[in-house]
Amino acid sequence: MIWNDEFETLPREALEALQLKRLRQVVEKVYATVPFYQRKLNQAGVTPAQIKSLDDLRRIPFTLKQDMRDSYPYGLFAVPLEQIVRIHASSGTTGKPTVVGYTRRDIDNWSEMMARSLTAAGAHKGDVIHNAYGYGLFTGGLGAHYGAERIGASVIPMSGGNTRKQLMIMQDFGSTVLTCTPSYSLFLAEVAAEEGIDIKKLKLKVGVFGAEPWSETMRAEIEQKLHLKAIDIYGLSEIMGPGVGIECIEAQKGLHVWEDHFIPEIIHPDTGEVLPLGEPGELVITTITKEGIPLLRYRTRDITRIIPEPCICGRTHMRIERLSGRSDDMLIIRGVNVFPSQIESVLFNIKGVEPHYQLIVDRDGTLDTLEVRVEVNEQTFSDEIKVLQTLSKKIRHAIKEMLGVTCQVRLVEPKTIARSEGKAQRVIDNRTS
Amino acid sequence: MKVEQISIFIENKSGRLAEVTGILGKSGVNIRALSLADTSDFGILRLIVDAPAKALEILRSHSFTVNKTEVVGVEVNDRPGGLAEILSILDKNSVNVEYMYAFVERSGGNAVIIFRFDNVDEAIHVLVRNGIKVLEGEKISGI
Repeated sequence: MIWNDEFETLPREALEALQLKRLRQVVEKVYATVPFYQRKLNQAGVTPAQIKSLDDLRRIPFTLKQDMRDSYPYGLFAVPLEQIVRIHASSGTTGKPTVVGYTRRDIDNWSEMMARSLTAAGAHKGDVIHNAYGYGLFTGGLGAHYGAERIGASVIPMSGGNTRKQLMIMQDFGSTVLTCTPSYSLFLAEVAAEEGIDIKKLKLKVGVFGAEPWSETMRAEIEQKLHLKAIDIYGLSEIMGPGVGIECIEAQKGLHVWEDHFIPEIIHPDTGEVLPLGEPGELVITTITKEGIPLLRYRTRDITRIIPEPCICGRTHMRIERLSGRSDDMLIIRGVNVFPSQIESVLFNIKGVEPHYQLIVDRDGTLDTLEVRVEVNEQTFSDEIKVLQTLSKKIRHAIKEMLGVTCQVRLVEPKTIARSEGKAQRVIDNRTS
Repeated sequence: MKVEQISIFIENKSGRLAEVTGILGKSGVNIRALSLADTSDFGILRLIVDAPAKALEILRSHSFTVNKTEVVGVEVNDRPGGLAEILSILDKNSVNVEYMYAFVERSGGNAVIIFRFDNVDEAIHVLVRNGIKVLEGEKISGI
C-alpha cells in the first residue's frame, strides 16, 4: 500500500524539477533570514540566484552538528519563535543538546512522511500501534505518534520503559504494530520469555525499528523471536525525526528517502567530495520544505550508499542502504576503523552467542586496547574450562579475521551488560576520560 | 550409577560465591561436594547437591547461567596409593578424565572422588570390571 500515490510515485523528472524549485526557495529563505547561512554563503561566494540546477547544490557549504551547537538554542531558526509550535532536542552526550523547532506546517509534513513510512511498513487504519519510542524531547515518540494518527490507526502512547506493563498491554490491547528501538524489541522478547508469555499468541505482525544502527543478522533474530516482519526506519532530529527514510515491506531492502522533502547526497567523509552514485560514504541531507529550521547539506555522520536501481514497490524515491554505522560511532583502534555493528555481525555468526556485547576501549601506555564483553548463556556454557576458553578464542580470532584488530574477549554473566530500555550503550571508551 | 552435577558460571567478582551458596542455602538445598575451576576472568562452580532439579530452577530464576552434567562417584581406599590405583586402571584402559575432585565426607572408611569423564558409560564399565566401587547417584546426593 502507498499512502500518497501522487507524490510517492512521481516520475523522476518531475520529482527532480520539484526538488530544484524547492531547493531554490529554501536557499533564498535562509539567506534572507538566518545570519549563519548568509555568512556561510557569502564566504563561499555563492548567491541564491546562482543555484540553477540540482548540481549547483555542491557549491553550498556543509552544515555540521557543531554549527547547531554553536547557535544553541535558536540561532538557526528561520522563523520567529511565535511561529514555532513544537521544540525537540537531541540528547547531548557531551555538552548542550541540539535544538530543533517546528512550525505547524513542519509538523504537518512530518506527520505526512511518518504516515507514508508506516504505510510502507505495512501498517494501516485498523492497526493497533504500540509506540514504545520515548515521548519527550526525543523525536521518536511524538514523531511516530502523529504518523500513526494520520493513517487512522489506534495508537497506544506507551513510551519507553516499564517492560512488564508493555507486555501486558500488548496482550490485552491486541497490539499489531510495534514501534521502538531494535535493541528494545529484543529486550521485550527476553522479558516475555522470562515471564512465560508466548509471543506467538500476540497479534504483532510488523515492527518498525530505528534510532540506532542494527544489522541483517539482528533483523533475523528479531523476526524469529517476536514473530513479526522487522522494518528499518531512519531519521534524525536535526533533519526532522523518524520518517526521513523507510524500508518498504514489499522489498525490505534499502530505505526510501522522501525526496520531495529532502535531497540526499553521499560524500567522502574526509574530503567532502560528492561520490559517484552507488558508492558508500557519509549521508548528507538538505531539507527543502522545512520552515522552522531548514538545513543545507547537513552532515549526518551516517555511513550508507544510494541504491541506484528502482524498487519493486513502485515508489520512485531513491533508497539508501541500511546504515552501516555512524562515522561518530566509528572507533579507531590502533589505526583500524571499527564499527560496533561489525563486531555485532561477527558475534551473530558464532553459534549460540547472543548479541549482548559491550566494547571497552582503553589505552595502555600508547597502545589502544579493545575488550569485547560477551554474555555466556546456557547454549555456550560448559562445565569445562577449556570449552569456554575455546569460545573466547574463537570470538577473538573471528574479530581479528573480519576486522583486522586484536582484542581481549571477556565472558561475563548473563544480564551484566545493561539492557537498554532506549538506546543500547555498546561502547565505553575510556581513552578520552 | 551416574551422579547429576550442576555447574554455574561466575565472574571473578568478590561476593559471587557467597551469593550462590546463600541462594541455595535459603532454599534449603544442601551442598554435598563442590569444586571451583577458575581463570583470571571467570570461574565454573561445580556442585553436587541433594536436590539438583530444584537448585537449577532457583539459580536460573536468579539469572545465573547453569547446566547439568553427569559425573561418576568412586569409592577410593583411604590409604596411600588408593587414588593412584584407580587412575592407573583408567589410564590403561584409555579412559580420559576431564577433571576430578574429592568429596567432603566419606563413605564408610573410604574417601569419595567425583570424576568427570568424556565418555561416562565406557568409564563406568571399566571401573566396575576392575572391581572399583562406583556409588549410586542417590546414595551420593544423600550422604
